[in-house]
Amino acid sequence: MGIRVQGLVKRYGTVPVVQDVSFEVRTGELVALLGPSGGGKSTILRIIAGLDPADDGEVWLDGARVDALHARERQVGFVFQHYALFRHMTVEQNIAFGLRVQGASKEHQRRRVDDLLNIIGLRGLGDRLPAELSGGQRQRVALARALAPEPKLLLLDEPFGAVDAKVREELRRWLRRLHDEVHTTSIFVTHDQEEAFAVSDRVMIIQQGRLEQAGTPLEILDAPATEFVARFVGDVNVLAGDVVDGRLGLLALPVAGSGPMHVIVRSYDLKFWRADDGVAVVQRVTPLGDRVRVEAILDDGAAIFAQFPRRSSLLTGIGAGARIAIEVTHARAWPARALPGEHKCPS
Amino acid sequence: MLLRLGFGTYVSALVAAPVLAILYEAFAGGLPACIAAITDPVAKDALLLSLGLSAVAAVINGVMGTAIAWGLVRWALPGRKLLSALVDLPLAIPTLVAGILLVALYGPQTGLGRVLGGWHMDIAFATPGIVLALLFVTLPFVVRVVEPVLAELDPAEEEAATTMGASRWLTFRSVLLPPIVPAIAAGTVQVFARSVAEFGSIAAVSGNIPHHTLTAPVYILGEVEGGSPGSAAAVSAVLLVLTLILQPVSRGLVQAAGSRRV
Repeated sequence: MGIRVQGLVKRYGTVPVVQDVSFEVRTGELVALLGPSGGGKSTILRIIAGLDPADDGEVWLDGARVDALHARERQVGFVFQHYALFRHMTVEQNIAFGLRVQGASKEHQRRRVDDLLNIIGLRGLGDRLPAELSGGQRQRVALARALAPEPKLLLLDEPFGAVDAKVREELRRWLRRLHDEVHTTSIFVTHDQEEAFAVSDRVMIIQQGRLEQAGTPLEILDAPATEFVARFVGDVNVLAGDVVDGRLGLLALPVAGSGPMHVIVRSYDLKFWRADDGVAVVQRVTPLGDRVRVEAILDDGAAIFAQFPRRSSLLTGIGAGARIAIEVTHARAWPARALPGEHKCPS
Repeated sequence: MLLRLGFGTYVSALVAAPVLAILYEAFAGGLPACIAAITDPVAKDALLLSLGLSAVAAVINGVMGTAIAWGLVRWALPGRKLLSALVDLPLAIPTLVAGILLVALYGPQTGLGRVLGGWHMDIAFATPGIVLALLFVTLPFVVRVVEPVLAELDPAEEEAATTMGASRWLTFRSVLLPPIVPAIAAGTVQVFARSVAEFGSIAAVSGNIPHHTLTAPVYILGEVEGGSPGSAAAVSAVLLVLTLILQPVSRGLVQAAGSRRV
């Protein structure tokens, strides 16, 4: 069941949290809303579910406008960040709740609950209380509970935000597999780009209540539409200054145009090598598992960093204090202007 | 060791000794005399009135206290702090003064009292006045037990129920209510226990008419002053035993309410 959102606007008092957001999600797609915390992603999700009213705009589910429908009539499954399991009900009762509301027969409820317990890998734990489960298990129960009444659309609000890193990675892979099995059209909110790219068919970048770009993970990575997206996605250097004849300070850059620019260079789009006539001095070499991060200071004082595969031949002779030459193999430039909500993004 | 013995002796002397003394006094004239004192028509009516009106007060404050707690927790009311302070005010007011306040508002000489009296709705010096006094004095009990339990519930649980199609009533009944039932019960029992024992406010507001508005605690004082310590002790013993039963019940419920928190 497809969903279309048109011109969504939401303000808290005078503060705009969602500004003219429009997008479409096709039937069976799994889409991520990705962006910094507080950017309005969860609000969009809550408006779609009918939990919060929009100030303006339209929500269409399955070809029908649903703005006037109460949350309980929209047939949308919602998974909350902190599970929101009914604490006094067992796992089975939690999963069966939506079916009970629909007035499904006891027999049907039992069969569906058994199926879902199998799918989420918690068979035999049906009579536990939520308090007796681990965080990852609780989130899987929450997902099963949302799926049980066979919703038209599944919304997940930071579904893995409350579990630790290792469990999160497991849940991610599991969610992707689950989606490939049940094909429920799904939108999930995350501020973790790795999570968004790993799980979803398409990613929508939301910042300060605006949709910056929508596209497949590859499109977002290879063709960022705005400077914000270029900065937000991946681990990047931001070089600010006057670009003249393809040079910015000591660096030659493969960019067109000239004038004051912000040049965005991903950490894997440049090469360092040992050279006494180079332009920078290595400050620090940090091993990161299969990769190594090298930080250097250019002779004009600018900081720059790059990442290399652990066994890269480029690393020969590179250590703190070594002089290096730099080649930028790929870069993107935007005319310099103040960015709204400018900040350094976590990798 | 000596210190512990000292504590034990002090608490025993302070609490246990008077309790034993009143039980001794109640049964000093033998069991038949004790039963006779309790089943005396005035005493019996006083006890029944106390129990009945306390039950009414407990039910009303059980419901209203829960509603107030819900409002305090879930609504960002502009006057939230003031409302919260008002709820606690009855604890700070001497109960006798509380009774006087009610007479000042509803008494037959007041404007409101005259209007209500014209409609044959006497409040002061009638049972509604006693119930009002009990509601006033015990207002904080349910609110303060239910409030923290409600505050720990995640509103997302109710939202989850809503997205699954549950009606407001079903959400209330099956999601919101079950986790707070022990707290409501604990508060209600406390209201009942406190109401049965309430003296000051009732003495001021009830008019103390035997068979009509004379409650057990006020009856007891009357017996003491009237030189019948035996019957005072017998009725006191009834209230005492009731308290001894209700207190552990209430405590168990409070614990159950706490342990439901996840």
